[in-house]
Amino acid sequence: MTDREPPGEADRFSELAHLPSDPALRVKAMESLLVEKGLVRPETIDACIEKFEHDIGPHNGARVVARAWVDADFKARLLGDATAVVGEMGLLGEQTAEVVALENGPRVHNVVVCTLCSCYPWALLGLPPSWYKSFAYRARVVREPRAVLRELGVDLAEDVEVRVWDSTAEVRFLVVPERPAGTEELNEAALAALVTRDSMIGVARLAAPPA
Amino acid sequence: MNGVHDMGGMHGFGRIPYQENDAAFHHHWERRVWGLCQGATYPGWANLDQGRFALERMPPALYLSYGYFERWLYGLTLTLLEGALVTLDEVERGEARAGSEPRDDAAGPEIADPYAHSSYRREVEARPRFAVGERVRTANLHPPGHTRLPRYARDKAGHVHRHHGAQVLPDANAHGRGESPTHLYTVAFPARALWGPGASGKDRVFLNVWECHLHPG
Repeated sequence: MTDREPPGEADRFSELAHLPSDPALRVKAMESLLVEKGLVRPETIDACIEKFEHDIGPHNGARVVARAWVDADFKARLLGDATAVVGEMGLLGEQTAEVVALENGPRVHNVVVCTLCSCYPWALLGLPPSWYKSFAYRARVVREPRAVLRELGVDLAEDVEVRVWDSTAEVRFLVVPERPAGTEELNEAALAALVTRDSMIGVARLAAPPA
Repeated sequence: MNGVHDMGGMHGFGRIPYQENDAAFHHHWERRVWGLCQGATYPGWANLDQGRFALERMPPALYLSYGYFERWLYGLTLTLLEGALVTLDEVERGEARAGSEPRDDAAGPEIADPYAHSSYRREVEARPRFAVGERVRTANLHPPGHTRLPRYARDKAGHVHRHHGAQVLPDANAHGRGESPTHLYTVAFPARALWGPGASGKDRVFLNVWECHLHPG
């Protein structure tokens, strides 16, 4: 059996090109059509937006990171089987059914991308930022990670190993950033408040908190 | 397919359009697209891989001119049309054709759960063919259909870094050929093997690759 070109590709485009150019109008028309046909319920749309916009966010990933900083056994288990550990914390979810945790340190710097679409650990980090979904980030970070990181404010020494992780399967990556100096006195909750979204994607390092 | 979506390594896109705190919906309609894609979960509609393949089939010029959620709307529309759940005439008019009987099985708001998840891992009898540490080479494939092996990592040598059990194979699942669970590995490639001598000799790129796309290295 040989693969064929997908059928009707060009035809389908010529059909869809007739639709209004304003996406707001197209969405409105699509929503009212799907509701009328009983294919979606308006209250379900509202509930999905509400939950995803407000219930999830980088505070989830930050909890995992902060616990790894204060608990060596937890960190070892996280780096060995993040899916199990994140699952125990109740933080698996949308686009985040299987997780691998990656530890950043003085000798190794991990950074995450999805070159083919924009896969992202939604349940741990919430909505993806626009730059993560940008063509420039998807195209460049696999080929010139050091230049991209420098552009984003992370200047790495030559002897640091950079590891780029391209999210090509239903396995999501969570970077555990290096714990900043001067945080020895902070408890787990205070540490979690220091952990940024960007540091868990691997495009930022964490600075020591102001004294 | 060798589509414009397969962007790893491309030149010409300029600086990263970084802004702080822009992880949000920027327009109300983006919210509605998200809600529609999440909320419309009736049986027989596209799976994840069919949804991705719909986005990949966007004409390249359109793909590059659309924003993220606008591409989602395109994918939603295409999969609804291909699933015969709506007709083009209905999409254009934004209303159901005369005599259309509304369904009564659409999911209720209780499905809105960001912590609901379903793994792509499956139990299979077949043993994994490769061991961690083994040298492998990716296939030199150029399928017209869906694949998750990016162009920049085809026919390239690396080492198996980790085994992830058997997982749903997107190349099959996107085309109605079932889940075809296949062993999945993380393979580590030296950056120079992918990008040539200009890359740092210290750096590596890690990808998840299915066993059917790997040969012994």
